[in-house]
Amino acid sequence: MTTLTPILSRNWDRPDSFTLAAYRETGGYEALRAALGMTPDAIVDLVKASGLRGRGGAGFPTGMKWGFLPKDNPNPRYLVVNADESEPGTCKDMPLLLANPHALVEGIAIASYAINSRNAFVYVRGEVLHVIRRLRNAVAEAYEAGLLGKDILGSGFDLDVVVHSGAGAYICGEETALLDSLEGYRGQPRLKPPFPAVAGLYASPTVVNNVESIASVPGIVANGADWFTSMGTEKSAGFGFFSLSGHVTRPGQYEAPLGVTLRELLEMAGGVRDGRRLKFWTPGGSSTPIFTEEHLDIPLDFESVGAAGSMLGTRALQIFDETTSVVRAVRGWIEFYAHESCGKCTPCREGNFWMAQVLRRIEAGKGTEEDVAKLLDICDNLLGRSFCALGDGATSPVTSAIKYFREEFIAGTHTPAWELFPYQRTTRWASESVEEDA
Amino acid sequence: MSAPETPPTPRDETAGDVFSGENRARLELDAKDVIARYPKPRSALLPLLHLVQSEEGFVSTAGIAFCAEQLGITTAEVTAVATFYTMYKRRPVGDYHVGVCTNPLCAVMGGDEIFAGLKEHLDVGNDETTADGKITLEHLECNAACDFAPVVMVNWEFFDDQTPESAKKLVDDLRLGKDVKPTRGPNSLCTWKQASRVLAGFDDGRAAEGPQAGAPSLAGLEVARERGWRAPEPAAAPAPADEEDAE
Repeated sequence: MTTLTPILSRNWDRPDSFTLAAYRETGGYEALRAALGMTPDAIVDLVKASGLRGRGGAGFPTGMKWGFLPKDNPNPRYLVVNADESEPGTCKDMPLLLANPHALVEGIAIASYAINSRNAFVYVRGEVLHVIRRLRNAVAEAYEAGLLGKDILGSGFDLDVVVHSGAGAYICGEETALLDSLEGYRGQPRLKPPFPAVAGLYASPTVVNNVESIASVPGIVANGADWFTSMGTEKSAGFGFFSLSGHVTRPGQYEAPLGVTLRELLEMAGGVRDGRRLKFWTPGGSSTPIFTEEHLDIPLDFESVGAAGSMLGTRALQIFDETTSVVRAVRGWIEFYAHESCGKCTPCREGNFWMAQVLRRIEAGKGTEEDVAKLLDICDNLLGRSFCALGDGATSPVTSAIKYFREEFIAGTHTPAWELFPYQRTTRWASESVEEDA
Repeated sequence: MSAPETPPTPRDETAGDVFSGENRARLELDAKDVIARYPKPRSALLPLLHLVQSEEGFVSTAGIAFCAEQLGITTAEVTAVATFYTMYKRRPVGDYHVGVCTNPLCAVMGGDEIFAGLKEHLDVGNDETTADGKITLEHLECNAACDFAPVVMVNWEFFDDQTPESAKKLVDDLRLGKDVKPTRGPNSLCTWKQASRVLAGFDDGRAAEGPQAGAPSLAGLEVARERGWRAPEPAAAPAPADEEDAE
């Protein structure tokens, strides 16, 4: 049985958890002190040895990313933290920054020292005002305490950190679009290569890491790589937030070793609401192919979820019970992708626009016999044919929902989804009516 | 539920006086402060757009010109950016921007019903403002608070776990000028313009207000405490950070 491992969340039940004083009382910034006594390369090696993989969705090894910075490039190096958390279902970085922003600030200081960066940026989505206040305040507290700025803790290492608010664009969570946005342009992805490690912010060597990845670094420095690898699986080491939302009794953040299963997490969270039956779920946000009841025992690590036909993504576990129309959910997701497509690549811009229309008529019971084939054909023309993962991700809910629930899409040729699955039964306040339809 | 998008109304071309005289001098100082944060000035464009929005409540043609002048770029370059990002409004916004998440998770949990209820209650469509100029209603995409679904944002503060009734009461209270408190935010709401100023990077000193976490944020921690679960101890490392938890 897997047990929870509160690490980043361990002090969240202190009302003052977001303050520097509270963070220090629980050992905060000791890892920074230790790190400044090490060589930068030793820290990179330590993070490599820990097996930490990016927590923002793609799962690329963090230490390896740091190691890619070219040694001979004379330009300044930059650390950019991706706090643009916008993938539907993903809700871990915002509560982390609200309750424990110093974990990120300390991680930034250590990571910047390790990659020899004097300027770090946190790109935080704009639609979360109080999260931005807390983060800026933590940065200010750290400056005042000599933990950022000039000659940090007497080490001679200087670092400036800028908190930068976005302005509402899902695409800016894609690392190269984020860099364009941070440079003051429309957030549109760049063609890779060159990768940010070689030509990132201002065409300089740049590391872009997710909030949770960077916030995990102080623990690795303080406790060692062996401590980190004692959690998780061989290739998916360590811990992470599993964010349960939707039709679950106690939704929320569950910090657990990678490899925990949804069955285990649901047991901890009181099960699917009102004893109802699980219908479908996303393992890592709407861009990861949906799973069903048959996947309850898949270990939630990068390899196992991949082998089962989806992706671990951001561990955004959106739970939908038997009352939910999968057509309705997929229509909503595709409207989202159509809205958020930056428009640069034709397959993504047009494909999502057309899929949204097809899905709307299926939802209304006015689909045609050809519509399922039409959707799959559009997905064929979308997957792998755009600069960034937004287009690829948009095909995930469509192809996976048709794979598991084709009959619901077929039913859309004659019956509206809201007749097959009355929408008032899915809401949070609908639970008390469960007996009457039992 | 798929209300037709309202066509954009003509921009308020009479606005923009705020970018002249003494006010301009003050804003130029603010702009300098913003630009100085970055290695290259153009990086300041997003915060500068938040700054001009904090003056007028939206990004006017005059606001765009102000940004262009501060950075030495063309108004076309600024306009291209201002129209890309949904948080920049090209028309005046009410005192309170009310956003209802209708991304599938929230929609299914009740966001669709809340949004439909507010449209009817306020007699406005998506991205429209009430006749009294108090409230602009908009549906939102995922706002990273799915474990609090359905979520409503007012001036980008969290109002978690809403119902159609609570959301109607919320907008009624806003229109009546009653005190309204976000669930995870400061003790009271700031205005739309004040919120934009925070986004431009000017602190309002309210970071310490409000709770550190909502109940769902603590769900896993509570289960772990009840069942005596902890992260493993470091094998040979010095005293672990969370010693006092060991009681």
